[in-house]
Parts: sequence; structure tokens; C-alpha cells
Amino acid sequence: MGLLDTLVRRGSALTTPFLPDDYLSMVNPLWSGGRGPTRELRARVEAVSREAAGSATLVLKPGLGWDGHLPGQYVGVGVEIGGVRHWRTYSLTSPDRVTITVKGLGLVSNQLVRRTPVGTVLRLRPAAGDFVWRSGRPALFLTAGSGVTPAMGMLRGLVRRGPLPDITHLHSALARDEVIFGPELRRLHATYPPYRLVERHTAADGLLTMSELDALVPDWRERETWVCGPAGLLEAVSDHWTSAGLSERLHVERFTPLVVGGGSGLVSFARTGAQAQADSTLLEAGESAGVLMPSGCRMGICFGCVVPLLQGQVRDVRTGDVHGEPGDLVQTCISSPEGDCALDV
Amino acid sequence: MTSAAPAHPSLAHLSDADIEQIGVELDALRDEVLASRGEADAAYIRKVIKTHRQLESGARATLLVSLFPPAWLAGTAMLATAKVLENMELGHNILHGQWDWMRDPEVHSTTWDWDHATPAEDWKHSHNYLHHTYTNIIGKDRDLGYSVLRLSEDQEWKPYHLAQLGINAGLSLFFEYGVALYDIELEKVLHREMSVRAAAGRLGKLWKKVRPQLVKDYVMWPLLSGPSAVTTLGANLTANLARNVWTHTVIFCGHFPDGVAQFSEEQTENETRGGWYVRQLLGSANLEGSELFHVMTGRLSYQIEHHLFPDLPSNRYGEISPRVQEICERYGLPYTTGPLAKQYLTVLRRIARLSLPSGPSDVPVPVRRTAKKAA
Ligand code: FES
Repeated sequence: MGLLDTLVRRGSALTTPFLPDDYLSMVNPLWSGGRGPTRELRARVEAVSREAAGSATLVLKPGLGWDGHLPGQYVGVGVEIGGVRHWRTYSLTSPDRVTITVKGLGLVSNQLVRRTPVGTVLRLRPAAGDFVWRSGRPALFLTAGSGVTPAMGMLRGLVRRGPLPDITHLHSALARDEVIFGPELRRLHATYPPYRLVERHTAADGLLTMSELDALVPDWRERETWVCGPAGLLEAVSDHWTSAGLSERLHVERFTPLVVGGGSGLVSFARTGAQAQADSTLLEAGESAGVLMPSGCRMGICFGCVVPLLQGQVRDVRTGDVHGEPGDLVQTCISSPEGDCALDV
Repeated sequence: MTSAAPAHPSLAHLSDADIEQIGVELDALRDEVLASRGEADAAYIRKVIKTHRQLESGARATLLVSLFPPAWLAGTAMLATAKVLENMELGHNILHGQWDWMRDPEVHSTTWDWDHATPAEDWKHSHNYLHHTYTNIIGKDRDLGYSVLRLSEDQEWKPYHLAQLGINAGLSLFFEYGVALYDIELEKVLHREMSVRAAAGRLGKLWKKVRPQLVKDYVMWPLLSGPSAVTTLGANLTANLARNVWTHTVIFCGHFPDGVAQFSEEQTENETRGGWYVRQLLGSANLEGSELFHVMTGRLSYQIEHHLFPDLPSNRYGEISPRVQEICERYGLPYTTGPLAKQYLTVLRRIARLSLPSGPSDVPVPVRRTAKKAA
């Protein structure tokens, strides 16, 4: 890609006010992206395969500007539905290729699982997140449902380096057939004894409770723990680890922010003049008003969504805290308006 | 005494309630289109973007051998077409925010830049805000004559207006620079409303925008053309001038042909939303032609619909035009339209007529409609 990169960087004298990307991408849609805020990373869907529990794995070929990723990280994926761009984040499930495994629930995931044929060009945001493997201590993966995806990313990354280390993996799913990556996980369990898979089938055995932990994983206190799954599980685990004084050893991956409640009000977007009456997050309000809102993880972690507040106040939907002075940078993905407010975007 | 709409003879038969009802009907029409925006519209704008890029690439490649006359002709024609598409159907409309709803940063009013002398930011202020808000209000809509032409009896006559047919021809050729310079409002320096320093700052910004485009068209591509350097330079100049003449012609037919109303500030003092709609209706004129013609005007051939709904996707103006006409008919309002040649001729006639001193003659005497309201 050396020549292509040079062309893209030097060629704008011939294409101003457009970018060489704009013309090169007519030849190959992947020859564009990543430069500045206005040309987004792209990826083409190379393969789609069905997985358990109504999910599917999409293999993506990223275009110019993709910087790679670490197993366990997530990626923002932009999908166009009805002419409108929507963003969601998904864990990357493969160490070398860009693959995501999506459960077909909700507008965007459904589109990805059911209406995204091979060849579709999607948009990407750079990979991010620190839900990644750290060696040293024995590990515990606590996952449920599609929360298995970042753990799968890490396991596949580890397998490439050699035999798996000491990992206990406690995974909950509705039933045996509903375990996403079930056969692969069981094969790892059979092949690398230090990796121990404990399956919990909740339709038969009920939801996992923390009081069962001592029996299922007697040495959980000694283990570096990664947890990913529905909000209820994350909360229970966080509380349990905190009261054991072990929150240092816990890594939590969320797919949505934990919401306690938001405010509402009229949000004004100063640069475009758009306005929206909103009781959602500022990010969602802006997006539905057609404002180009910056975003990343969409769950309060990466600060990729911060925007200066011009006036009014906002409420943190995770804690209910109300805050905001003019000029403050607010995280729009976890803030809702507290009465009328204005943003500099 | 207040009235919702500008006092104007064309409106004498309408009550304030009628004016508001027109506003309600037009708002409903707008909501209908907003609710139906979708995949097909997105596909449309992407197709235009792609066509522009193909035409431009084709033109630049062809002009590399512009020494060969057929290549010169074909290349120049393609480049002029590409530039017209890019300024009108893409730049003008995307900068209006017509496509913001797609949330695509590559097709968005806050990130789009265009092959035009006026920086996109400044354009959004002077055009989207000033011109579209104060359309055809003498003294407020600076697009009325672009400070150099006298297009209304109510504009003061100055001796240089004797030459305004010639000035218009010149403005037409260098329209993009005319527009960019007039945006800087240099005359404010003369009137001591702006410091020389501020003016220099604005000129500097303009130069920053214009320079790379000059370098592209008049240095880089000619250099790449080797032996065809001179002919490529000529082709690029021709394409730029042709684009300027075309955009000037279309734009002048939007607000200055016969039958289009102009307003005074007092007439519009207490304007309501319905009144604003009606002023846009009276102050704009359409052009008739084929679908291709409409595309090449950036749908400014639907100037009336565009002025009523500046941020609806341009590809939808055609389908709502009969509905707007129907509303006009029902309320007895004029809907000015005609073929390009005829409309432009009336513009030239107006320019010629107003090059001579004259008093306010065809500006309507305000007619009060309060009698009807009181009844
Ligand atoms: S998008 Fe990551 S913190 Fe808001």
C-alpha cells in the first residue's frame, strides 16, 4: 500500500477541495479512510457465517487507515439503514482478522445479521478498549450470552501463541445449543486442560448467583477476572468483588451504559442550528436531529464523544448526577439534558 | 397596525387567517417529505457524487492530451459539466443541510467543501442565513444586485449604473469571485463600518480558499499535461468561465425576472411564519425544462420550492411542485415560471431599464388589508 498511501497524502493538490480518497474509492471502496474527521474508515464484508442463538459472525476486510487491534478490544461499526447511518460497538473476536460476532437483537444488529450480504461496505471506528489479556495470575472469565465475544477474542489470541494458560471460564447461556462458539469452547476445554470451561444453562438451572461462586470456582479470589454480559451480571459481579476488596482484579466490559435515569429538555446544537426535544442521551438526540456527533464506545468509557457545553446542565444517566458549566466538556453518550441546554457541535 | 404578511397588491384579497392557513398547509407538505426521506434519496445523492467524480476524472484524463482538438473539446465539456454539478446539485444543496439527516460526515453541511471561491463557512452565513431569511427585501438581501447592479427602482441610481449591462456580463464571467468578494463587504470599509485590517483579514481567508483551486487548475494539471500544458490551461479556464456564466444565469432567473416581487423593510416588519412563506412564494421564480436541465441547475429551477423549504433534499422539489402550484391557485397567488431564455431576457430587460435613472414606479404601493380583517 506504499504507493497508494503516498498518492493519498500528496495528491490533494490535484483534487482540492476533495481528497484523493474520494476518487480512488471509485476504483476500490476500501481505498479511502481514516484521514481527518470527514473520511471514515471503511470495511467490506468478506464472509458471513451463522452462529448459535440467532447470531452471525462477519469477517471484515478493513480499508486504508486501519491500525489493527488487540484481542478483546471492541470496534465501532457504522451501518446504513433507510439512508441513515447508525453506530454500534462490537467485540472483535479474532486476533488477526477483523471479525465481529453479532446477536440479531435490535435495529442495527438485526441488519448486520440478516440483511448484510457479502460485499457490503460498512464504516469502522478504530479499535479501542482495555479489556485485553494481561498475563501473570491465573484467570477467570465470567461471561453470559453474547458477552462471550471479547473472551473468545482473547482465547483465540492466546491459542495462537501456544497452549492455553490457567483460565477458568464460567459461561451462562439459555441452553447448551444456545452457547455462541459452544463447539469451539468445548474443544479448547478438551485440548488444553489448564483452560476449564464451566457452562451454566440458565433455562434449566436458573441465573447464576454470586453465592454459588465458591462452589463453582473455589479459587476465584486468586484469579484476575474479566466479566462481560448483561447489566445485571455486571452489577452483581462488581458488587461482589468490591465487597471482597478485590475490585483491582476485576475487568468489566459493558455493551451499554448502566442507566439509573435521565432528564429531559430542549437541546440546541449551535453549529448547525438544529434543535431536539429529548429525554434520551445527548448523543442519540443529536444523531436523530442529523447532527454529526462524535462518538466511540457509546457507553461512557472512551471519551470519544465529548462536546463542549455552551449553556444549561446535563445529567449523567449512570449516576443521576446533574452537572455542567458553560465550556465543560460533556460525554454525550451518557448524559441527558437537565432542562434546556446547548452544545457546541 | 400589524399584518402577518408583507403588504402587497398580490395579497390584497387575503386575510391574515388565510396567510396563516397557507403556512399550515405548507408546513404539512414539508412534514410529509421529511417523514418519507430514506434509502432512495440517499442513493440519489450518492449517484450524483459518483457522477461528478467520474466526469471530473474523465475530464482531467482526457485533457492530458488536450493538444488534440477533439480531446480538448470533450475534456472541457466534461469538466464544465462536472463543475456545474459540483457547485449546484452538490455544494449548494449539501451546504444547505439537505442531506444532514443521513449522518454521513462525507455528505454533511458541516464538513463539505466545494470548488468555489467562497469559503463554505462564509457561504452558509451570507446565503443560507441572510439571503434565505431576507429574500428580496431591499436593503437587507444583498443578493439583490450583489452591490453592483441596480435591480429595483427603489435602489438609488448612480451614474455607473449606465454601464450595468456590461457590468452584468463581467459579473457573469467571474461570478464565483464576484460572489466571494461581495461577501467580504468591502464597501463597508469606504463607509468606515469595517477597519482596513478586518477587510485584509477577510481577503486573506478568501485567498487561502482560492489559491489551492487556482494552483490545481492553472498549475498542477497543465504541468502534468506536458506538451499539452497550454491547451489544458485554456480548457480549465474555459470550463471555469462556462460554469460561472451558467450559475449566474440560473441564479439571476431565480429572483429577478418579471413578475417577481421585491419588498421594503417596513412591508415585512411584522411578518409571521405564514407571511414569510408567502414572501418566498412572491419573491422567487422557477424555470421549466427537462429532468437533466433541473439537475444541471441544482434544482434552482424549482427556486420557489427551494425557497419555501431550503433544507428538503433537492431531488424532492419536483414532486412537490404541483402541490405548491395547487395551493397558489387556490389562494389566488402568482406562481412565476418560464423557460430559461425567456426568463433571462426579462432579467436583461430589467437591468437595461434600471441602468437609467427612474423613480420608484413598479414597486407596489402598500395596500392595507385591515378592512377585511376587521370585518
Ligand atoms: S462514546 Fe465513548 S465515552 Fe461516549
